[in-house]
Amino acid sequence: MDVHMKRKLKHNLGQIAFHVIVLFLAFIMLYPILWMISNSFKENSEIFNSSSLIPQTFNFSNYIRGWKFNNSVSFTTFFANSFYYTIISTIGAVLASSVVAYGFARIPFRGRAFWYACMFMTMMIPYQVVMVPQFIIFHKLGWINTFKPLILPQFAGVPFFIFLMVQFIRQIPYELDDSAKIDGCNRFSIFTRILFPLIKPAVITSTIFSFYWRWDDFLGPLLFLNKPRLFTVSLALRMFSDPQSSTDWSAIFAMGTLSLLPVLIIFLIFQKYIVQGLVTTGLKG
Amino acid sequence: MKQLTRKRRALMEDLSGYAFISPWLLGFIAFSIIPILFSLYYSFTDYDILGTPVFNGLENFRRMATDELFFQSLKVTFFYAFVSVPARLLFAFFVAMLFNRGTRAIRAYQAIYYVPSLVGGSIAVAVMWRRLFMSDGAINAVLGKLGIVSNISWIGRPSTAIWTLIILAIWQFGSSMLIFLAGLRQIPKVYYEAAEIDGANSFKRFLHITVPQITPVLFFNLVMQLINGFTVFTQAFVVSGGSGDPLNTTLVYALYLYQRAFKYYDMGYSSAMAWVLVLIIGVFTAIVFKTSNSWVFYEAKEGK
Repeated sequence: MDVHMKRKLKHNLGQIAFHVIVLFLAFIMLYPILWMISNSFKENSEIFNSSSLIPQTFNFSNYIRGWKFNNSVSFTTFFANSFYYTIISTIGAVLASSVVAYGFARIPFRGRAFWYACMFMTMMIPYQVVMVPQFIIFHKLGWINTFKPLILPQFAGVPFFIFLMVQFIRQIPYELDDSAKIDGCNRFSIFTRILFPLIKPAVITSTIFSFYWRWDDFLGPLLFLNKPRLFTVSLALRMFSDPQSSTDWSAIFAMGTLSLLPVLIIFLIFQKYIVQGLVTTGLKG
Repeated sequence: MKQLTRKRRALMEDLSGYAFISPWLLGFIAFSIIPILFSLYYSFTDYDILGTPVFNGLENFRRMATDELFFQSLKVTFFYAFVSVPARLLFAFFVAMLFNRGTRAIRAYQAIYYVPSLVGGSIAVAVMWRRLFMSDGAINAVLGKLGIVSNISWIGRPSTAIWTLIILAIWQFGSSMLIFLAGLRQIPKVYYEAAEIDGANSFKRFLHITVPQITPVLFFNLVMQLINGFTVFTQAFVVSGGSGDPLNTTLVYALYLYQRAFKYYDMGYSSAMAWVLVLIIGVFTAIVFKTSNSWVFYEAKEGK
């Protein structure tokens, strides 16, 4: 009895120590984000030398001031631009990727292995190689200060999503394709009616990642958009915090907080798909 | 006759196959192959975007050999990648080990630990990071509460500036942690049970089961993240205000390349720099794969 009690006590103490350590670490991890959110409500003078997470008063005026930006353009424009770029790109990237993935996974055409290897090669080449020539080409086409250079490449599909979907399609038995073929479906309707609904998890994972990557994209808009009325939220935040001008930190933090909202909301709803996507990329070496 | 229909069917497969991959294939040609060829050509020219490219042989590479900023950016990038990536992976592995048990609260903890990875790539966080490490930022305020008086600007001092970027990278260990956790859960439980019966203590079980089983995952993530580390741009750009200051201590390779191209319109030189980057990544990847046999454990295939 005594030994049993001791063991139980030791186990409980271990559990408590575990939770204390993990919670403490979690607090440190979240601290910078919480600090940013709390600063979005503080007076500008209150931010200096302050580590506090609780504002003295809740100042929603920071949000209004931040949203107005410089009065000629506002965050209405920036959010509209960001959503436009993100949503159109994501639709293009996911649809194109699924069509291409079907071709690679199911149709035994000549040169398939070669092109699939080429696709993997492009994943290894740093963007810096194509950055300068792409800029020059788009410049000559007169596409600078349009969304075309940002959106169009997405409609070619994204190698990572294609890979993800190919992996998924390979797990689906061929019998389904065959029975559809007997029913008179051609390749395209097999894809749209049978396969596409079955790879839904991979489609959702790709959609989420595409949304995140486009929403956070900075280098692309920095290269191709230089008129404020075309700015995405990322570009606007960066201009807002420019070290050359005197900085309205409360307003920046307010807009920064808003810019994270779509990311966090999607995370709360689709958590399991995100984990799945991460694990697929991280484990399959 | 039969052969003809077979040939015809093969042709049909070819046609429909290429039809399905055509979006990617066209994009591959337009956005990868053509730019890559142009980049290769530009790297041997002097080109300021307004004029026409003038062939100058190996002049760009010769200039690189005497360019102090080029070497500075290499130094900064290597330091950044070789410190932040192993540290992040070790941290991720440690926390994954801690979480690899059946407590119900783990799922909530995982989600919390993942949040920095989720938002870490955003400009909002990069801007916040800069403010955090300023002389009147929260880091110094927290240190002050702990009794350590500090009024240095962490981002303004050459000796500490790069560390703010390294900490920003390590802070985002959550995604690696989730990958390791999935890897740990794939290790068959019977291995541990058998070892326990044989009298192996927990440290021995860790050393002889967990470590060898997890090294392939560790290895793969190390390579991929180091490659990403070599091309880091956005965080350095935002935290240093686009300059790579103080004293070029945050001038990472991709930032210097960007400056060469879009501040000085030195398109030939920056293209040459891009190819040096490809070379570095290629050589590095080759070395890692060549040596991987000696330190990565791959399960022996049956019948071999």
